[in-house]
Amino acid sequence: MGRQVSAEPHYTLYHPRWYRRPVSVWWWLQNRAYTGFVLRELTSVFVAFFALVYLWQLRALVHGPDAYGQFLARMRSPLFLTLNTVAFLFVLVHSITWFNLTPKAMVLRLSGKRVPDWVILGLHYAAWLVLSAAVVFVLLRR
Amino acid sequence: MPSTVALAVARYRPERESEPTLQTYEIPFRKDWVVLDALNHVKDELDGSLSFRWSCRMGVCGSCGMKVNGTPKLTCATFLSDYLPGPIRVEPLDYFPVVRDLVVDLTDFVRKLQQVKPWIIRKEEKPLSEGEYLQTPDQLDAYKQFSMCINCLLCYSACPIYGLEPGFIGPAAIALAQRYNMDSRDQGAAERLKIVSEHDGIWQCTFVGECTKVCPKHVDPAGAIQQYKLTGATEWVKSLLLPWGAR
Amino acid sequence: MDLSTCDVLVVGGGGAGLRGAIAVAETHPRLRVGVISKVYPMRSHTVSAEGGAAAVIKAEDSLDEHAYDTISGGDWLSDQDAVEAFVREAPEEMLRLEHWGCPWNREPDGRIAVRPFGGMKIERTWFAADKTGFHLLHTLFQTTLKYDAIQRYDEFFVTKLLVDDGRCQGVVAIELASGQIQAITAKAVILCTGGCGKVFPFTTNANIKNGDGMALAYRAGAPLKDMEFVQYHPTGLPFTGILITEAARAEGGWLLNKDGYRYLQDYDLGKPTPKPVLRSMELGPRDRLSQCFVKEQDKGRTLQGPYGHYVHLDIRHLGEKVIDTKLPFVRELCLKYVGIDPVKELIPVRPVVHYMMGGVHTDINGATPLRGLYAAGEAACVSINGSNRLGSNSLTEILVFGARAGQSAAAFAAEQPGPSPSLGAQAHDEHRRLEETFLRKNGGKERIATLRAEMHQIMEESAGIYRTETVLKDGAGKLKRLQERFQDLSLDDNSYTFNTELTAALELSYMLDVAQTIIQSALERRESRGSHQRTDHPQRDDERFLAHSLASRAEDGSLRIEYGPVTITRWPPGKRVYGR
Repeated sequence: MGRQVSAEPHYTLYHPRWYRRPVSVWWWLQNRAYTGFVLRELTSVFVAFFALVYLWQLRALVHGPDAYGQFLARMRSPLFLTLNTVAFLFVLVHSITWFNLTPKAMVLRLSGKRVPDWVILGLHYAAWLVLSAAVVFVLLRR
Repeated sequence: MPSTVALAVARYRPERESEPTLQTYEIPFRKDWVVLDALNHVKDELDGSLSFRWSCRMGVCGSCGMKVNGTPKLTCATFLSDYLPGPIRVEPLDYFPVVRDLVVDLTDFVRKLQQVKPWIIRKEEKPLSEGEYLQTPDQLDAYKQFSMCINCLLCYSACPIYGLEPGFIGPAAIALAQRYNMDSRDQGAAERLKIVSEHDGIWQCTFVGECTKVCPKHVDPAGAIQQYKLTGATEWVKSLLLPWGAR
Repeated sequence: MDLSTCDVLVVGGGGAGLRGAIAVAETHPRLRVGVISKVYPMRSHTVSAEGGAAAVIKAEDSLDEHAYDTISGGDWLSDQDAVEAFVREAPEEMLRLEHWGCPWNREPDGRIAVRPFGGMKIERTWFAADKTGFHLLHTLFQTTLKYDAIQRYDEFFVTKLLVDDGRCQGVVAIELASGQIQAITAKAVILCTGGCGKVFPFTTNANIKNGDGMALAYRAGAPLKDMEFVQYHPTGLPFTGILITEAARAEGGWLLNKDGYRYLQDYDLGKPTPKPVLRSMELGPRDRLSQCFVKEQDKGRTLQGPYGHYVHLDIRHLGEKVIDTKLPFVRELCLKYVGIDPVKELIPVRPVVHYMMGGVHTDINGATPLRGLYAAGEAACVSINGSNRLGSNSLTEILVFGARAGQSAAAFAAEQPGPSPSLGAQAHDEHRRLEETFLRKNGGKERIATLRAEMHQIMEESAGIYRTETVLKDGAGKLKRLQERFQDLSLDDNSYTFNTELTAALELSYMLDVAQTIIQSALERRESRGSHQRTDHPQRDDERFLAHSLASRAEDGSLRIEYGPVTITRWPPGKRVYGR
């Protein structure tokens, strides 16, 4: 090296002398932000779990009151009570982290000025509240 | 205030070693010194063989990006006093090949920057005799934030996706593509969307958000990418519903 | 494509270099143009420029006004044909940048906004917040990515110009990443390597401004012009030397001495008014303002800090809104590096070296007396800035003369034959010199840092704002001894891979050559003009010294100063008047 004159220089992606630090499979434990990120992504598993339970519930509903009774009994078992609570908490985390990220993606401009993040966030939570209130209202009327 | 502090610096001399090691130097502590001043002290007084990049020392050229105690920082803007009592660990940026000591190879980024076509694309150029393209202060505001990128590459070093998938175009390049998309004078958004919608583009990003956290110029590349995803998704839906529509 | 040859080679990837490369690619699309730079182009020092770029745009402005401001600002040492070409081409160049995407600040109706600036009678400074150079450079760099004809050699350090047959035919350079020493031949070479502020200890300049191109040209036999004219910017931060842009004063900032008094009014620069008045008080020319600081210091009316004397810059009365819209970077720098908020507190400032009016002697098309060698930007001296540059003329200068040099170099290159066969031997010799002098040397006891610190001290003492014969002579002698001691240098780093100690040694050798030309030119100019002030010759002497100094290397290697004429067209030398 360093002896040639007028030879071609070359940058290759795999220059043998450059050191490429291998990325550890535990990279996500390196700092809090990364770990938080992975947990946030894992909440999607619990969202999927809830979706499956919901499908099961629908199926039980379709198959008549006995099947539905069995389903409800299952849901009352300690195993499912625990699972559902844990899943519910994770789904809450999922929703909150999702909402918190929306102002980044949704940039609204009114008369040339950017709508502040808290407005976008507020609108999301407000919509969530309104929809939840509507659902509760419908359920309680029965 | 102590009179000295320990600086643990990553060394890598490819002719002699096969992997980096940490070498510790005892340097004088001064209240208004930044990490770059400490590195220069090492180079001038203790060990002239330490290699690192630096230039403007005022946080605008982007040369001096390194990891300080594990976090990507501009060493010209990182004060020693924030890291007392030390030792302060200085290492090269992650996910780029290390050429020597604290110097990494940046050709991957420059190639990706060129890939996203970061220039004004117009169907027809206005002749200079007709003067400037009119652009109101609000229109300037729409893309100004993304134009502040100094190409320091701290965001690439913070992005785990770039570490796991080296083909990922990366935060700064996509933010700069978005800077041109949002520029009222540009007409190349469709062309750029085609490029960044590919496998290694915006859809590789899973919004870890670390890039925005480490950006010294508040460019918010994560925001740029998410906005771009929204645009990408909307355009895709539009192309499904109106396949004959003008793009 | 064979990477080691091209048609036009641009040395330096800053504003002038990139503009020149685009000019070649656009005017002569079949030529291959190489841009070689010791750093990635976006790191070039153009990036730190803050204030703005001047070009006539307002209806009440005129090219003649811009020309007069520039010529009087330069104390009549500017070549007026060059200034006329400069002011004429400036608006078009700036519009071209706008079309390429530069985010210039705008009026509410969408048109380009301009701000007042020092030494200018009418507002004509285009700006992009207070990071004009940053936006200019990135716009230029990103635009060069469009052209296939432009081939970049990033992080290649040029060590020598190849000259054969009376023609410059390329360079020898070290590829930093691998240490490989390469000859890159070309039919024309354009030096756009910037100034040499790092020759002085306190400077706004980045680490990379070592006068590389100036020294390369000087060693190849091209003369350096007007090297004695060093601009001190009146407002730099103490210790770091970081630039606080003139725009802070243009927006209405005040310079206050230790009694809170606007001291400039004592020095024939006008009367203080609440709003800034063009060409008056804080909007006077930079050389006069820096000289006022020294006079205040002599009277004992400056403040003393741990890093020397300073005065205060007051922008509190501008209000937070104006500061955040027009001067956000200033606020950021003060908060970060001094720990003060300029919205509420006073900024400590002092004059620091900022710009070299002098440089490689070129004609109005960027050509040096050495055929095939061109220069543009701060590295060159055309001269439009004369003995003192007005703020915001430099960013425009790099565009106008970068384009001119690019075009004329391309036209020249298109007519040239291929490279001489003897260049290979020259390159081999250079390789051997580098190995023997630096990498493979044993013994030696001098250290780079020591020699550099001594050079700084000599330059600060001898070539400061005020100079005198005995100190200059003394400085010249000391520099000569430093040059000798440089031969005895010892390096810790003998590696080939990214050896920054080697580049620091080469940069120091460039700086020592350039420093000698500065001191010698200053010694022989026995008058005071613009930024060159002699306490032993305090008057301007048009009879003897209305001329450019030309520093060149004689056959025997010694430094020789000659004088060349100044081109005067329509503005005969007059008095420089400000504040009236």
